[in-house]
Amino acid sequence: MVLILIGAWRGERGFGLVDEMAVGILGLALVTIALSSTPDTSVFDGAYIDDGFSRFMKALTLIGAIASILMSVDWLQRNGLEKFEYPVLIILSTLGMLLLISADNLIALYLGLELMSLALYVMAAFARDDGQSSEAGLKYFVLGALSSGMMLYGASLLYGFAGTVSFSGIAAAVSTSAPIGVIFGLVFVLAALAFKMSAAPFHMWTPDVYQGAPTPVTAFFASAAKMAAVAITLRLVFTAFPGVKDQWRQIVVFISIASMLLGSFAAIGQENIKRLMAYSSIGHMGFALIGLAAADEAGVRGVAIYLTIYLIMTLGTFAAILAMRVQGKYVENVADLAGLSRTNGWMAFFLAMLMFSLAGIPPLAGFFAKYYVLLAAVDAGLFGLAVIGVLASAVAAYYYLRVVKVMYFDEPAPAFDRAPMAVRAVLAVSTLALLGFWVYPTPVMDAAAAAAKSLF
Amino acid sequence: MQAVFFYLFATIMIASAGVVIFARNPVHSVLFLILAFCNGAGLFLLAGAEFLAMILIVVYVGAVAVLFLFVVMMLDVDFAALKQGFIKYLPIGVAVGVVVLAELGLVAIGWSSAPSASEAVANPIIPQMSNTAALGQILYTKYVIFFQASALVLLTAMIGAIVLTLHHKPNIKRQKIEEQNARTRENVIEIKKVPFRTGV
Repeated sequence: MVLILIGAWRGERGFGLVDEMAVGILGLALVTIALSSTPDTSVFDGAYIDDGFSRFMKALTLIGAIASILMSVDWLQRNGLEKFEYPVLIILSTLGMLLLISADNLIALYLGLELMSLALYVMAAFARDDGQSSEAGLKYFVLGALSSGMMLYGASLLYGFAGTVSFSGIAAAVSTSAPIGVIFGLVFVLAALAFKMSAAPFHMWTPDVYQGAPTPVTAFFASAAKMAAVAITLRLVFTAFPGVKDQWRQIVVFISIASMLLGSFAAIGQENIKRLMAYSSIGHMGFALIGLAAADEAGVRGVAIYLTIYLIMTLGTFAAILAMRVQGKYVENVADLAGLSRTNGWMAFFLAMLMFSLAGIPPLAGFFAKYYVLLAAVDAGLFGLAVIGVLASAVAAYYYLRVVKVMYFDEPAPAFDRAPMAVRAVLAVSTLALLGFWVYPTPVMDAAAAAAKSLF
Repeated sequence: MQAVFFYLFATIMIASAGVVIFARNPVHSVLFLILAFCNGAGLFLLAGAEFLAMILIVVYVGAVAVLFLFVVMMLDVDFAALKQGFIKYLPIGVAVGVVVLAELGLVAIGWSSAPSASEAVANPIIPQMSNTAALGQILYTKYVIFFQASALVLLTAMIGAIVLTLHHKPNIKRQKIEEQNARTRENVIEIKKVPFRTGV
């Protein structure tokens, strides 16, 4: 299947209406993945694995990519950036993510990661005449290169110990004991992956890059890229290191706590909503990692549900940010939202729902996302982690609710221009999906449970 | 004999690597880098990896180092400005370096491979095959997906470089050969009668 996809992708570099074609191709891939019900298979000599977990994560990634392209068209045109390379880069990056999600050995992991990030570096700097965007691209590139180096060093240590690059081979080699060299390799690889999912303490690049990069690109960073990074982290620790669970669990717990606390406290003072979303995404990665720290099937199910809901919330929020345009100019400060309820009631309502959901207030979907990971953590006996998670989400609720307060109770700022159709559609669909999850959660729950099952 | 050559290559390589770091003139650094690459290729040859040796010469010496040389010569790097924060950051840099070195030392001392590792390593070379052929055989069969993925990575890099550097300037005058060829005397030259004692 991946060869067919690659074939389709490579033949695609035409001119003109590449946008629609790109959406079509990604949609086709999504349908292929959603409809395929083949048993778990492993091709290319164990380099590429196609199982329930990878299909679930791939579907999320593709949804993120499609929504990012759809939302970006209008923004790019208004900023004079309508180049056909943009969807091509998104497609290449998405292909890297798919390869990453399906990777079953270290070489595939590294190549997928590089394909994904190389395209992301370019996209961060896509508005090259804008100083902030160039700065974002450069920062992301330099730090990304550093994390690639760490990843390679860790991978070489693992290979040196196990004598094989395949995850199952490594699992067999470290099933009983893990000497210090392997732990080092594991730490290096996990650090590089934490960098890609922007979890603290490897988050330094996130606020600057999110703020500097063009807004649709930021949406892509915050949605699709994170899905792939979390997916490969799950696969790596569960298929290659089940034998040294206690060791990697410590690391994950630490990263999780650090991300949650940083995401909650650092976002409080932010005025720029893109920066605020950057810290928010760091915090959310911390929550997703709670499920990973639980290290069992319920935990993975929790992560899968969390990522699904996080994806929807992120896409919706960025659609709202893309709709923030005053007299033809895009604005991105929280203060620009003031009094939105009086100038644009529907948008204010949708955004308020998204913010409530991000804060995790019942009965919205964001609450259930947090509930399932915390439940898994409590069942696994990680009470301290769960308590910190609850406290962090209470702190985080402050700045989400501040946005709502600004929208509903402050004096109106100038009204926004009418947003393009695609952006409004993404905003409405994502909010309705959040509300719908409360009414009818079964499909997502079942799919997540099946995905979690196939990983064990 | 082999041992003599090994020590010869290794000594020159380490010495020139040292010079790369300590040379004041960046052009000298690059030249010594090339020397280090050549000696590395020699070491590969001694180890029986003639393909890697040739690749090292062709790619690193032939392409990468020459590019370095171009960049070093074309960019006017201000070393005084680069060294400005040097003293300020020296203590913390040294501290981090020492810690990392100590940790890596611990890893190296405590190193042991898994008992299964020696079997897990793929038996690399079929005896009567040169290792170029062996590499080709494995690259296009077992590792073909990695080969393709690497190709895509390079494609992405190419697209990226073009996107970020290609400027379309609207008011550039380009040579249009077909227009030049289509010019005839009638539509470019106009003959005017200029009256006596007045301008055109």
